Amino acid sequence: MKMQWEGESFMQNLPKLYGLYTGGFLAFFALMAVLEQLGLPANVIGILFVMFTIGIYAFIGILSRTMAVEAYYVAGRSVPPVFNGMATAADWMSGASFVAMAGGVFMAGYSYMAFIVGWTGGYILVATLMAPYLRKFGCYTVPDFIGTRYGGKMTRFAAVVVLVVASFTYVTAQITATGTIAARALLIPFEVGVWFGLAGILVCSMLGGMRAVTWTQVAQYIVLIVAYLIPLVWMSVVQGFGPIPQFTYGPAVERIMELEPILGVGTPPLEAVPGLSALTALHADPAAGIMAAWQFVTLVACMMIGTASLPHILMRYFTTPTVRDARNSVAWSLFFIFLLYFSAPALATFSKLSMIDPTLPTAIIGQPIEAVMALSWIQNWSEIGLLRVIDQNGDGILQINEFFLNPDIIVLATPEMAGLPYVISGLVAAGGMAAAMSTADGLLLAMANALSHDLYYKIIDPKAETRKRLLTSRILLLGIGAAGALVASMQLTGILGAVAWAFCFAMSGLFFPLVLGVWWKRANRQGALAGMVVGLFVGWWYLLAVRNPDAWYGIAAPWLGLNDLRFGIVGITASLVAMVAVTYMFPAPDQETQDMIDELRIPSGKTIIGATS
Amino acid sequence: MAQLSAVDRAEHWRRTRNLMIGHLVVWFIFSFGVHMFADQLYYVNFFGWPLSYYLAAQGSLIVFVVQLFLFNRQQNAIDVQFGVDEASHAIK
Repeated sequence: MKMQWEGESFMQNLPKLYGLYTGGFLAFFALMAVLEQLGLPANVIGILFVMFTIGIYAFIGILSRTMAVEAYYVAGRSVPPVFNGMATAADWMSGASFVAMAGGVFMAGYSYMAFIVGWTGGYILVATLMAPYLRKFGCYTVPDFIGTRYGGKMTRFAAVVVLVVASFTYVTAQITATGTIAARALLIPFEVGVWFGLAGILVCSMLGGMRAVTWTQVAQYIVLIVAYLIPLVWMSVVQGFGPIPQFTYGPAVERIMELEPILGVGTPPLEAVPGLSALTALHADPAAGIMAAWQFVTLVACMMIGTASLPHILMRYFTTPTVRDARNSVAWSLFFIFLLYFSAPALATFSKLSMIDPTLPTAIIGQPIEAVMALSWIQNWSEIGLLRVIDQNGDGILQINEFFLNPDIIVLATPEMAGLPYVISGLVAAGGMAAAMSTADGLLLAMANALSHDLYYKIIDPKAETRKRLLTSRILLLGIGAAGALVASMQLTGILGAVAWAFCFAMSGLFFPLVLGVWWKRANRQGALAGMVVGLFVGWWYLLAVRNPDAWYGIAAPWLGLNDLRFGIVGITASLVAMVAVTYMFPAPDQETQDMIDELRIPSGKTIIGATS
Repeated sequence: MAQLSAVDRAEHWRRTRNLMIGHLVVWFIFSFGVHMFADQLYYVNFFGWPLSYYLAAQGSLIVFVVQLFLFNRQQNAIDVQFGVDEASHAIK
């Protein structure tokens, strides 16, 4: 069968195809639920869930393989806005969003919600400042825009460097997440899980480039959103908050605030447990003082500006048929992302309430320690070292500060905590896997494309034929993926730290060269180059300086409370100053470039870069 | 496009830019403005949520989503007025 991947009839068929797919996935879920009731062991269910979903992604990936440049780099520019919105949402929501976000809100309360605001509001910047103009430009990659707008091989090369630094930092975190979930679901060691996860990721992106990644990402979005919402709604109904908990969980927050002083939340544990933490932060109370508010908004700023600078997100908007579609698809992306993000605090709230409210049968805090230790989910997670219960004051009752856990397990463990059947846990594992895989796919492709298109084709060998370019891209995918898995298996940093750093790297180097390329005609090559180099360099130095206060380049205390998660603020300031100052030292761009920018600013008409270059 | 006069081109861009600035002002208020006062808003009860919590968990997000669909309509209206609009590929 020859599958048609472009054109009107393909687009009109998409809702039907993905409707069928969603139905099939729900049927599989129902089948697993029935089999569980018939006595299929929990482990087998977990394995089936992960294998089944990865199998589907691989199937789509193989079906949509291509050797055409336009299809490989930008999915033939034929992805309708709603579907591009779903694909971007999957591209965007990583293991950190799916697995770690609700857990972060659970443990750190209000202050962690800076990530929620930051990871949604950034799309306003994407839509108003960038996406439509980059689409009109008609580039294949983000460095392609920088290289053509400003001219010169050095600017293109600098953009490739920033892209690779930011994306590689990010991708190791995603491979770590796939490894963790694969290890838990398939019962294999973490180091093996990492390579297993990588194999799944590569199958989707190797053969079909952007086209394959797009259509698997849509499939992955559907799995991950279903997997996030089903347990939430289930818990909400059980706890009596109705089927649309996002609008009704206010009283649950109130109840937690009422219980907190009774349970003594905020008392530090008698003895800390390395690697795990006890719940000591209040659920909703923002820390007092201007410094806390400043820390909140600076983190929001880093995440937002980082969003608007991350190449694997921006390149998704190159795939729509028109500029108007690019704008619409940003709005749809935000909508689909919003569905998960505004649910995360609700999930954290219900999960906490089910653990601490003494009137619920699932409560463990304030219960005899013997009974708690006998629970199977406590035993399972304790066994792999991600949870611990210790009666530190020896009174035989579990206090809130005697319960230690790794916050990343909240989402994965919540179904078991809340007493839901294991089939839900299998579903959540599949969802987490989808989230991490889809992001890793987008990142690997962004890097491989930049290296093959910009570095190899545009800089090293401009005469390279199509076949050779696409082959290079695939070999690079393998190489970068393997390097990422190798770094991930060393477990250098946590998932969240690596993600925040990636945002800060991207914003330090790329934000102003991209924005000013559209909005400031005067911006020239020398200025852009200075902006990228100085921004990346200063940001990187500040990261190292804050983390190593005693080194010769170190600084004793962070400036204005800007710690390592917020180094982008320093980098981007340096980038802006350098770019503006150097731009004024050199003449304005020539007339041809100025005309090109005029053309860039109106939606209709041909793209700036020819379709076959 | 060639048929767009220099005056129209400048006017189209001026209105596009003003629209962008307007939306970024709203964005700024809901990204940073309200959260600077979390300390005070905490004591306002909003259907059970402390208002500061609600804004960070949902309020700002809802504003962003609505804002973006509105922005698209407004920008498209500007493009239509200057004859530089394009077809949409929304699923029918």
